Amino acid sequence: MAPDQAKPLGVRGALLPLGAVAVAIALPFVLRALGLDFYLSLASRIVVYAIAATSLNLVLGYAGLVSFGHAAFFGLGAYVTAIMISEGVQSGPLHLAATIGVTALAAFVIGAISLRTRGVYFIMITLAFAQMLFYLANSVKGYGGDEGLNIRVRSLFSLGAYLLDLKNPLALYYVALAVLVLALLALARFAPSRFGRAVLALRDDDLRAEALGFPTYRYKLVVFVVAGALGGIAGALSVNLQGYVSPNALHWTQSGTLMVMVILGGVATVWGGLAGAAVLFLLQEVLASTTEHHEFWTGWVLLAVVLFARQGIVGLWTRRQAPSLP
Amino acid sequence: MTKDASATPLLDVRGLEKRFGGLVATDRVDLRVDPGEIHALIGPNGAGKTTLVAQLGGQLASDRGTIVFAGADITAWPTHRRARHGLARSFQITRLFRSASVIDNVALAVQAVSGGSLAAWRPARRDTALFERARELLDTLGLDSKAAHSIDQLSHGERRALEVGMTFASRPRLMLLDEPMAGMGREESTRMEALIGVVRQQCAVLLIEHDVDAVFRLADRVSVLVGGRIVASGTPATVRSDPAVIAAYLGDDADAA
Repeated sequence: MAPDQAKPLGVRGALLPLGAVAVAIALPFVLRALGLDFYLSLASRIVVYAIAATSLNLVLGYAGLVSFGHAAFFGLGAYVTAIMISEGVQSGPLHLAATIGVTALAAFVIGAISLRTRGVYFIMITLAFAQMLFYLANSVKGYGGDEGLNIRVRSLFSLGAYLLDLKNPLALYYVALAVLVLALLALARFAPSRFGRAVLALRDDDLRAEALGFPTYRYKLVVFVVAGALGGIAGALSVNLQGYVSPNALHWTQSGTLMVMVILGGVATVWGGLAGAAVLFLLQEVLASTTEHHEFWTGWVLLAVVLFARQGIVGLWTRRQAPSLP
Repeated sequence: MTKDASATPLLDVRGLEKRFGGLVATDRVDLRVDPGEIHALIGPNGAGKTTLVAQLGGQLASDRGTIVFAGADITAWPTHRRARHGLARSFQITRLFRSASVIDNVALAVQAVSGGSLAAWRPARRDTALFERARELLDTLGLDSKAAHSIDQLSHGERRALEVGMTFASRPRLMLLDEPMAGMGREESTRMEALIGVVRQQCAVLLIEHDVDAVFRLADRVSVLVGGRIVASGTPATVRSDPAVIAAYLGDDADAA
């Protein structure tokens, strides 16, 4: 007998994602046609931060772990790539491998320690780890110290005869977009999987999940490490976009911004990270041109979402009936 | 002892201790549960029943003593490993997955012990074996008509039944039931008693219960915990007439009732 609520992804269900990808692919050309090339860097910033917010959503939303130190991985990824470039290594694949390796290892160590705590202690200990890295980046004068690190060249990927240079804004945008699409596909696949459902269950009640036989600590650590590595990739893309990284990429306000994106967009939703990043940046863009106090008004929007849309912006058009697992 | 003393016990607890600072919560507890029996653990409030259950379930580490279960020394095992070895527990305060439907709660419980990590990425809903087993269990629990309901739509009795059912879902060798009838009316208690009757045909039960009447109806053996120590252990009839038990527990309970 077929299980209840089995909803295969039908034509209608696939329409929105495919439409969104089509719009995202066409965007640079539309902007150029309209003479709004300037906005391509904003679009890239949205995509890069959408990757970072999506990675945090995995931890914060799906696993219910309120990590207040996600900037650690974002900033670490940015620094790994920037330092390699400043040391003369320009190979993109090497940047990617090193970024994933270092951030995954950092996430493993930070996760292994902080996941032994819960609640407020978990929030504080993840924050403390991120702040430690922030102060470390400030004190390492060889790599810019508190002034940050500028890079003159960018990650270079050679695809046969063709060279993909992330210095090209278009190349960066499409590479970031590809990473985001892959991340969202993986997330959409993760949630209804056996593993994903177990993670959602331990978010509800990890004591119960453990008592049933789920190795909850190990599951949380896997999620934390994957999210850390993905956050690191976002950081590596960000330094390629901006040509610059400073300790601020590791600061707790950066962690806060990512949390705001997740909550704004929709906790534990596939599209939440993207929606949050897009709305936050667009809001800042619009408000910054009309008022000096854009953060004040952004605050009101966040407050309204938290109070009236518990599932964030995404929840506004995917109204759920009864609570149910994917 | 009603059972053959030479038979290998399913659960063999020796000299178990737990201290919280100066307070001795579990004091050199010896306890054995044989295959197929219902062993009840009773004791007044504050006797240390919940602490002992947490030690057996693995939620609390023991300071001293050993727990041997189904041929393995599980004293140092984490909770999930004990569960996969066949030692399942329910909770005194109902712990269910609130963002999951009734059948998903049971399916998760079935999934938890059928862990093949290779299948971890398969969509769970295509796993017909998982949901067939979950349906069977809902039938047993009398919750088959509420499969798609959310937890909030269930009555207290139904939630308690689901709590016990999820513990049972893993096909355990021993179930630790922590006050399954807590807060229940007469009718709900009767239904829970019937459920425990069904469950016991397939596994042994260590029943922690406040309802002394139910305990004496259901249990093959009864152990009495007072101040962290087992003061009496035996058949319901022996325990009932034990002067130490009457003084320490049954008397108090009669006063309180």
